[in-house]
Amino acid sequence: MNAPARPSPARPSPARMSPAWADAALAAALFAVDPVGLRGVIVRSGAGTVRDRWAEMVRDLLPADAPVCRIPLGIEDDRLLGGLDLAASLAAGRPVVQHGVLAQTDGGVAILAMAERIDAAAAARLAAALDHGEVIVERDGVALRLAARLGMIAYDEGLAPEEQPPAALVERLAFRIDLDVVASRTALDAAHDRTALDQARDRLASVAPADPDIVEAVCLVAARLGLGSVRAPLLALRAARAHAALRGGLTITAEDAAAAARLVLAWRATSAPAEPEADAAPPEADNAPDAPPDVQDRDEDQDPRDGETESAAPTDTVVEAIQAALPDDLLSRLSLDDPPRGTAAQARGSGDVAKSARRGRPMGSRSGSLRAGARLNLVETLRAAAPWQGLRGGGVAAGRIQVRPADFRIRRFVQRLEATTIFAVDASGSTAFQRLAEAKGAVELLLAKAYVSRARVALIAFRGAGAETLLPPTRSLARAKSRLAELPGGGGTPLAAGVEAAVLLGQAERAKDHTPLLVFLTDGRANIARDGAPGRAAAETDALAACRNLREAGLAAVFVDTSPRAQPDGDRFAHAMGATYLPLPYVDASAVFGLVDGLRAARR
Amino acid sequence: MRVAYPFSAIVGQDEMKLALLIAATDPSIGGVMVFGDRGTGKSTAVRALAALLPPMKAVKGCAFHCDPKADAGRCHDDCQRDKQRGAARTEWIATPVVDLPLGATEDRVVGALDLEHALTRGEKRFEPGLLARAHRGFLYIDEVNLLEDHLVDLLLDVAASGENVVEREGLSVRHPARFVLIGSGNPEEGELRPQLLDRFGLSVEVTTPTTLGDRVEVVRRRDTFDRDPKTFGAAWAGADAEVRDQLLAARAGLAAVEIPDSVLETASKLCMAIGAEGLRGELTLMRAARALAALNGEPAASDRHIRDIAPMALRHRLRRNPLDPSGSTARIDRAMSDLFDA
Repeated sequence: MNAPARPSPARPSPARMSPAWADAALAAALFAVDPVGLRGVIVRSGAGTVRDRWAEMVRDLLPADAPVCRIPLGIEDDRLLGGLDLAASLAAGRPVVQHGVLAQTDGGVAILAMAERIDAAAAARLAAALDHGEVIVERDGVALRLAARLGMIAYDEGLAPEEQPPAALVERLAFRIDLDVVASRTALDAAHDRTALDQARDRLASVAPADPDIVEAVCLVAARLGLGSVRAPLLALRAARAHAALRGGLTITAEDAAAAARLVLAWRATSAPAEPEADAAPPEADNAPDAPPDVQDRDEDQDPRDGETESAAPTDTVVEAIQAALPDDLLSRLSLDDPPRGTAAQARGSGDVAKSARRGRPMGSRSGSLRAGARLNLVETLRAAAPWQGLRGGGVAAGRIQVRPADFRIRRFVQRLEATTIFAVDASGSTAFQRLAEAKGAVELLLAKAYVSRARVALIAFRGAGAETLLPPTRSLARAKSRLAELPGGGGTPLAAGVEAAVLLGQAERAKDHTPLLVFLTDGRANIARDGAPGRAAAETDALAACRNLREAGLAAVFVDTSPRAQPDGDRFAHAMGATYLPLPYVDASAVFGLVDGLRAARR
Repeated sequence: MRVAYPFSAIVGQDEMKLALLIAATDPSIGGVMVFGDRGTGKSTAVRALAALLPPMKAVKGCAFHCDPKADAGRCHDDCQRDKQRGAARTEWIATPVVDLPLGATEDRVVGALDLEHALTRGEKRFEPGLLARAHRGFLYIDEVNLLEDHLVDLLLDVAASGENVVEREGLSVRHPARFVLIGSGNPEEGELRPQLLDRFGLSVEVTTPTTLGDRVEVVRRRDTFDRDPKTFGAAWAGADAEVRDQLLAARAGLAAVEIPDSVLETASKLCMAIGAEGLRGELTLMRAARALAALNGEPAASDRHIRDIAPMALRHRLRRNPLDPSGSTARIDRAMSDLFDA
C-alpha cells in the first residue's frame, strides 16, 4: 500500500473527514484484511447513506470473489445451517443436501441486519460458526460438517439502551463503529483500495508474531479497561497484525497496537484506564492484582531486542502509546448514567429466550391434519409414508410416492406463555431499605423456580423525583443478583410515577406475549406529584389517575400495603387499580413470594 | 480436519481440566457441566480433551461400536451372535466425542428411519443418530441452557437408562447409549433445568485468569496457536502424550484403588453437613475420589482426595437458597473447614 498517508489513525490527515468516519474507514480496512480472524464489525447505525457508503467500502476492499450474504432476522435453521433440500430431494428421489447461508458465506462476509433483535438461540448458532469456522448440521436426516470461515457485519439499529445485539455475538466481534454520529458530507472516501488490501492480505501471514512487550501491553490495557474475557486482547492483537500488514510492515509496532486498541478495546471498556501511578492497584482488583511485579520481572529479564526499534519498546512505552490513542471521551462516556456497554450487553441474555417464545420454538413434529396454518414437516411425513410404499404400490421404483393423510406430520412449536411479575417497590423514606430487600428476596425466590414456572421478573423502584427500572424483565437469577446488589433508597414517594412506570413495562411485556402481573409494595402515602413537585394533594390526585390508567389498560395487579396500620389510602388506590388489596405490615420475602406464586397458579 | 488446541497448553483452569480427566477415567461418574463467562475457553478444553483421548477397541462394523468384551448392552442381532460365537472381529477406533449442535433435530439425535433406503429400496433400515455415535464416548453440548426442551427430555431419559429406545415410523429399535455427558454454558443466558443439572456428576465454574501474567500467557499461546496450529500442536504433543498415559494408567488402576471406610464416612458427613439430597452426592464423591487417587497413581483414596473434589462433586447438588447470598462453593468450603479443621 502507499506509505502511511495518515500518520496515526487517531488524527486523520484529510481535515474534513470526521474522526468517527476515519475510525470506521480504518476498521473497514482492517476487517477486510482479516475478516475471519477479526470476526466482524458492529455498526451502530440506522439504515442510511453513511451506512451504505461504509458497506460499499467494505465490499470494495474484500477480495473480488468473496461472497457477501445477508442473514435476515428470524431465519430458520434449515436456511441458516443447512439441511435437506426438499424440492430437489423429491425430484431426485434421494436426499439432496442444501447448504445454509453460513456455509455459503464461507470465505466471505455475512451481514446481519437488526442485530439488536437477534434472539439468543440464533446468536448462539452464529457464535458457534465464528468460533469453529464450520457449521455442524444434524438435521432432518442430514449429518454434515461444512466449512464456514467468515466475518460478520452486524447492524445495530437499537434505539433504547437495552436494545443491543446479543452479548454472545458482541463479544466475539473485533470492532464497533458508530455511524450515527457521522454526517454524510464528512464520510469521505477510503484511503485504501483493493490492490492495497490484496497486498496486505498476502503479507498478513508473514507478519512476525507480536513482541512479548506488545502482548503484555495489550493485555494490561485490556485489564485496566475492565475487560474480563481474553477474547478482547486476542482480537486486539489480530487487529494490530492486520494494521501492520496494511501499512506494509512485517513487525507489529507500538503504533499498530495503539490503533488496534483504539478500535478493539476502547468501546468495550467497563472502567476508565487507571493513571500510571495507580498501577499498583488497578481499578479492577480481581483482574490484575499481580500485574506490576510480573511486568517488571519481564522487563529486567529480557535483553533489549535488536531489529526495529519500535518493537523493542518496553511495555510501559507501548502502554503509554496505547493509552494515548484511546478516545478522549472514554471517561466521560463511562460516567454516563446508563450502564457501561459491556455490562449492559452482558446483562441481556435471558430476555432473548422470551423473544423467541413469541414465534415459538420448534419442538419436533407429531401426526396431525393439515389445518389452516399448520406446517407440514415433509421429511417426517415421508418417513412415515416410506414403510408403506410396498403395500401401496408406491416408491421411487414405481415412479411416485404415495402419501396418505395419516402420514402427515405437523411441525409443532412451543408457545411459551411466560408470566412476567413486575415488582414496583416504594423505595422512599425510612422503611425503604427493608421493603427493597424483601422485594429483592421475593424476586430471587421467584427466579429460583423460574425454569419450572417459566416466570420472568422485573423490579421497579420509585423514590424521590421518579421511578427507575432496577431490573428489566429477566429469567436469569445470576443476572438479577448482579443487578440487585446495590439498592438505592430514601426520599419522597412518587406513587404516580411508580404506577406509570409499572404500567408501561406491563404493556411492553404484554406486547411481547407475556402475561404481566404487577405487584406494588408501598405504604400508599404519595407525596410527590407526577411532575416531581412535592405536595400530598397533587400527588394523590396524580396517583389515583395513574391507578385508573392501570385499570383501563386491563393489567392485573396486587397492591401490598406495607404501612404499619392498614389505612384507607392504600385501599383507595388498590380499588382504583382494580387490584387485589393486601395489607402486609411486616413485609417479608417468603410471604410476598407465596402470594405471587399462589396468584399465578390461580391464573394459569 | 481442524487441529485442536492442545489440552496441556491450557493455562490454569485446573479444576476444569481435573474434572474432565476424572470423568474420562471413570465414565460412571456421570459427566461434567462447565459453567463460565464468555471467552474462558470452555469449549476449547472439551475439544482439547477429545484430541487427547486414547483409542478404544470396538466390534468391527457395529454401528454402535460396542465393546468386544462386554456382553451387556443389547446391540443389534448380528453383533450379538458374532460375540457369542467369539467370531466378532475388532478394530481400534478413536474414542467418539460427539457434538450435539444447536438446531439439531430429534431424528438426528435419537436416530430414525433411513429415508433413502426406505424410498428407493423399500427397506426399513434404522439410521443411527448422535446418541448411537456417542456410545462409549462423550456427548458434548455447548450452550446447553439453550437446548430445546424436547431434546433435553430425550437426553434425560437416555442418560438415566443408558439405552436409547426408538419407537417411530414403524421402527422399534433399542441400542446401548452410554456416554459421558459434557455440557457448557453461561449462567447469564438462562438457568439450566434442574433435572438436567442433576444428571451431571461434576460441575465446575470457570473464570477468566485473574493475574496479568496468566492472561498474557493465555493470549500469547492462543495467538501462536492461531498462527500455526500444527507447529504449536507438535510442540505440545509430548505433554499431551503424558496426560494420555496418565489417563490410561488411571483407568487400569481404578479398580484396585481402595476406599477405606473412614473416607466413606467423611463423604457422608460432608453431604449431611451441607444438606445435599439423595445418595448421588456421596456416590459421586466416592467415585471421584477414587478416580483422583488413580490419576495420581496412589493405592487408596483419602480424605485429602475428598477435599479436593468435593466442590466439583457437590456444588450443583445444594438446595438453592436464594436468600443466602453466599454461593454454593462458599457453603461447601465452610462445611469442609468445619469437618476437616475441627
